[in-house]
Amino acid sequence: MSIAKTFLGLLEGGPRHGYDLKRAYDERFGHDRPLAYGQVYATLSRLLRHGLVEVDGVEPGGGPERKRYAITDAGVADVDLWLAQPERPEPYLQSTLYAKVVLALLTDRPASEVLDVQRAAHLELMRQLTRRKAGGDLADQLVCDHALFHLEADLRWLELTAARLDQLRGEVVA
Amino acid sequence: MSAAEPLLAAHELHKAFGPTPALDGASIEVAAGEVVAVMGPSGSGKSTLLHCLAGVVRPDAGSVRYRGRELTGCSDGELSALRRGEFGFVFQFGQLVPELSCVENVALPLRLDGLGRREAERRARAWLERLEVAELAGKTPGQVSGGEGQRVAVARALAAEPRVVFADEPTGALDSLNGEQVMRLLREAAQESGAAVVLVTHEPRVAAWSDREVVVRDGRTRATAAAGASA
Repeated sequence: MSIAKTFLGLLEGGPRHGYDLKRAYDERFGHDRPLAYGQVYATLSRLLRHGLVEVDGVEPGGGPERKRYAITDAGVADVDLWLAQPERPEPYLQSTLYAKVVLALLTDRPASEVLDVQRAAHLELMRQLTRRKAGGDLADQLVCDHALFHLEADLRWLELTAARLDQLRGEVVA
Repeated sequence: MSAAEPLLAAHELHKAFGPTPALDGASIEVAAGEVVAVMGPSGSGKSTLLHCLAGVVRPDAGSVRYRGRELTGCSDGELSALRRGEFGFVFQFGQLVPELSCVENVALPLRLDGLGRREAERRARAWLERLEVAELAGKTPGQVSGGEGQRVAVARALAAEPRVVFADEPTGALDSLNGEQVMRLLREAAQESGAAVVLVTHEPRVAAWSDREVVVRDGRTRATAAAGASA
């Protein structure tokens, strides 16, 4: 999952210090894998270099942990693009998709569209695999079936999440 | 019907059963020979949409056009003739006539169309063969498995060479392997005969046999097109 995009999404709510961002990230997305401080500041300096965030204020004392970061217009556009683009369908996407849905809700973007775009991408790959299977030998069929069942699991998750968006919005935005 | 006009098109359909709205502005277009999956959770309105398209249920508002003809203004008799002559149906449970043999079941729509028994059964046998169940011709539906029964149902749906086949959860009662065989045969046979298929399903693996999907949620439709996936 892209830590950088997630940071940008979190910064849309207002400027934050690095440690504050780490705390927000760990709380929402890093349950089993909290971020190291090194990752946090490396990511922020990369975002700064690309003009996606800017330093909003520096407290006395220097050091990266004293800076407060704000998202730029280019950063907001980057989040827009990320949310609008489906992920490449592959197994174990849930953490990225979950982050996209939560960030869409947090930033008042249409989360159902994130799910719709992803569903279409998944189904398109499933169609390709189904066509390949229909014209293939047993080995092809078995290989394609493995991928199809995994993609189907993702799609079931997408449907369930779509049905729970209002509930999730209530929890996330609260 | 102009060349650009879809074979079947519904626009802004509304339908309520009592106080419960089933369709709330649903729209869909189906081109000749196309396989369209109508997807959505239980209770989303996808079966009601199929029934409106097929002239089984009349919408409260909105339009359904088939080959340029508005169906919402047709009489019951006209709709019935249309369903018999132009449409084929496959349901979750085959709904074959239990007293008739499989070949008689498949021949039934042809007989209703006025074809003699001998010719109707000859064509029915050819369809059973196409669906890879020729050996079931003399058996009754009670003597065949669920998957076999669905293949007979697909043969019956296609026997009168309809322009549109409506399939409502056609594999819903089958295991994965049987469901897949039914979908492969339905897709291939419909394609060979040039029939469009409107396929209602909540199963992604079934929808993957379609050319595209239309998603129904809370009685409204949204067509989705896959954009390029990010790496």
